[in-house]
Amino acid sequence: MSEAALHKPWRSLRRQREAAEFGLWVFLASEVMFFACALTGYAVNRVLWPEAFAAAARETNVLYGTINTGILLTSSLTMAVAAESARAGLRRLTLVCLGVTIAFGLAFLMVKGLEYAEDIEKHLVPGPGFRLDQPAAQIFFAFYWLLTAVHALHMTIGLCLVGTLLAQAWRGSRPLSSPAFEAAGLYWHFVDLVWIFLYPLLYLAGRS
Amino acid sequence: MSGLTAERAIPDRPGRAENYLTAETGLASWLLTTDHKRIGLLYMAAITVFFFLGGAAAFLLRLELFTPEGDLLSADSYNRAFTFHGVVMVWFFLIPSIPNILGNFMLPLMIGAKDLAFPRLNLISWYIFVAAGLIAVYTLVSGGVDTGWTFYTPLTTAFSNGNVLAAAAAVFVAGFSTIATAVNFIATVHLLRAPGLTWFRLPLFVWAIYATSIVMVLATPVLAMVLLLISAERAFGIPIFDPLRGGDPILFQHLFWFYSHPAVYIMILPSFGVISEVVTCYARRRVFGYSFMVYALLWIALVGFLVWGHHMFVSGQSLFANLVFSFLSFVVAVPSAIKVFNWTATLYRGQIVFDAPMIYALGFIGLFTIGGLTGLFLASVPVDIHVTDTYFVVAHFHYIMVGGAVSALYGGLSYWWPKITGRMYPEAWARFAAVMMFFGFGFTFFPMFIMGFLGMPRRYHVYPQEFQVWHVLASGGALILAVAYLLPMGYLAWSLIWGRRAIANPWGATGLEWQTSSPPPTENFDTPPVVVQGPYNYHPEHEGPPAMDREPHSPQGGQPV
Repeated sequence: MSEAALHKPWRSLRRQREAAEFGLWVFLASEVMFFACALTGYAVNRVLWPEAFAAAARETNVLYGTINTGILLTSSLTMAVAAESARAGLRRLTLVCLGVTIAFGLAFLMVKGLEYAEDIEKHLVPGPGFRLDQPAAQIFFAFYWLLTAVHALHMTIGLCLVGTLLAQAWRGSRPLSSPAFEAAGLYWHFVDLVWIFLYPLLYLAGRS
Repeated sequence: MSGLTAERAIPDRPGRAENYLTAETGLASWLLTTDHKRIGLLYMAAITVFFFLGGAAAFLLRLELFTPEGDLLSADSYNRAFTFHGVVMVWFFLIPSIPNILGNFMLPLMIGAKDLAFPRLNLISWYIFVAAGLIAVYTLVSGGVDTGWTFYTPLTTAFSNGNVLAAAAAVFVAGFSTIATAVNFIATVHLLRAPGLTWFRLPLFVWAIYATSIVMVLATPVLAMVLLLISAERAFGIPIFDPLRGGDPILFQHLFWFYSHPAVYIMILPSFGVISEVVTCYARRRVFGYSFMVYALLWIALVGFLVWGHHMFVSGQSLFANLVFSFLSFVVAVPSAIKVFNWTATLYRGQIVFDAPMIYALGFIGLFTIGGLTGLFLASVPVDIHVTDTYFVVAHFHYIMVGGAVSALYGGLSYWWPKITGRMYPEAWARFAAVMMFFGFGFTFFPMFIMGFLGMPRRYHVYPQEFQVWHVLASGGALILAVAYLLPMGYLAWSLIWGRRAIANPWGATGLEWQTSSPPPTENFDTPPVVVQGPYNYHPEHEGPPAMDREPHSPQGGQPV
């Protein structure tokens, strides 16, 4: 089985797996800088406009945010189990866990969609007719929309990756020993971790 | 670094079935290849196209500036021309040129690997690059952008009537290609080195590409996010950079230069690697201070992230911040100076041969030194305030990026041309082009220092009469420079068919890439190489080269014609 998973230029599957993980870690460093740029902008503006940011952060729906935090953390668990069981060659457990991870991911996006609908209804989109008076509150919501949208995009990419792996594992076209499961898991955990930063910054900031 | 393979006979030329150029034929075998060597050539083709496009824009600019009046381009079309020139040259030529052409081709060969760590990712990165390039061309066709390559807010977000979104999309997408390539290089250097090739036996070109890749991975995403921010501001009216609604346009400059200053090092670090290979080979010397050359690269890569504020001395930044950034800019100049001194010290008592790559390399050292020293002028706050937004700045960064990086690209291409194609380039023409490039460059850009210091501002299509003499000099020089750039394209293409066949190691160089046939077989090495020595083993360690029994000087290693 390990023969099929081995690609050029690698001589051993162990080394190839190491490379996939290492490459993904390097890519995640890049992702960290991507979000760090926006979070720096957030930090600068929050220092400049503390009251407006606190007032604006109180407008976000902390219930949806908390539910989504729970969903994402649990999905990381199932993803980790999927990656480990793929490595151990447990086909059924892998398939089930990948499926559950996808379900959690879709649930997250659904809750996020409901929240977006509510935000639009409450006129929390920056621009004319914005709900709050302080101009800087719009800056908070600019970051809110941007960060959550970019995060949701990462979720969607993660879902596509996990979905592809699920289909390939189901059909047997990708051997379970492939390093892709571990790599997809790393990516999924990273997207989860980004949310761990966004949740306090966007939902808890004005509520302490 | 001859290793054990040196004792075995290495065929000069591979058989037709092994040669990477002829092993498979047909368009699909190129467009779907995962061979790093072929992808390097794909990049060469794409990047050459962008070099022509960016060069055409530069040609328009220089033509317009021949006379003080605006008689060829309107102010608006002039803005669009220099923006297109900047965007294409920075993101579609300079940043990918040496890493993606020479790095892609040479990195696995130099570390004794069969390929890059992720061959398919490598191919995908080329397609992403081409897609990004097409968006850039679409930007031009749909009317162009007038903001300058720096995309300053609030011009980009509120006032520009150009197609900013398309330009930002082009640069954004190109970033994916950059990051994919960088991840690939880093993983390759970490995990695919030949047995015995320890970190401090790596050739300096590998170190340079490695340091560049780290900067690419950490800086490019910041540009991606900041482009996303201005796009969102322009498209959806979010207020992050809008001063009328509490936003801060200066924040954009901070984030942009946090990427774009390290980007300068993305453009120049690979050149350092090329020059280290060429200077050692044509001086027949071990590189002077190998470990300091390595530390200097890493030092530049690190401190390069801490100096972005020197682009913003007149932006209203606090005096304290100005002084700190000024100090750090002087600090980052130290490792660059170490490199220049070490190359010079490498030449000392060397057996220097003035073959074309060496002429390019010596030209590089001269031009880079001028560019670097004028960088120190700009790093000191009072001088910078005097020359901000003048041609002095234009001259300075062209000395680094064009005089430096492009000379190194041509030098590296000539040096590795026999390995890449299996053919020798015509030496006399190459020397002529190398000398011409040096002088053409000087004629083009040295007058800009003078007129910049006299107060000629950049980005204007008209100017007072008194500056005409300098502009005419620059435009005339640009013509020489253009010929010097086109000439190698001509004779290199000529050599593909009529050039002499190269042997495995025409220069008698020490790198692993020369321990295989020219051109290399598809799998790079017939027997996987093993390394037992450090790089640049041109003479016994702790001894100078045998200066007394010096070989007579003959071009291209004196091979039989």
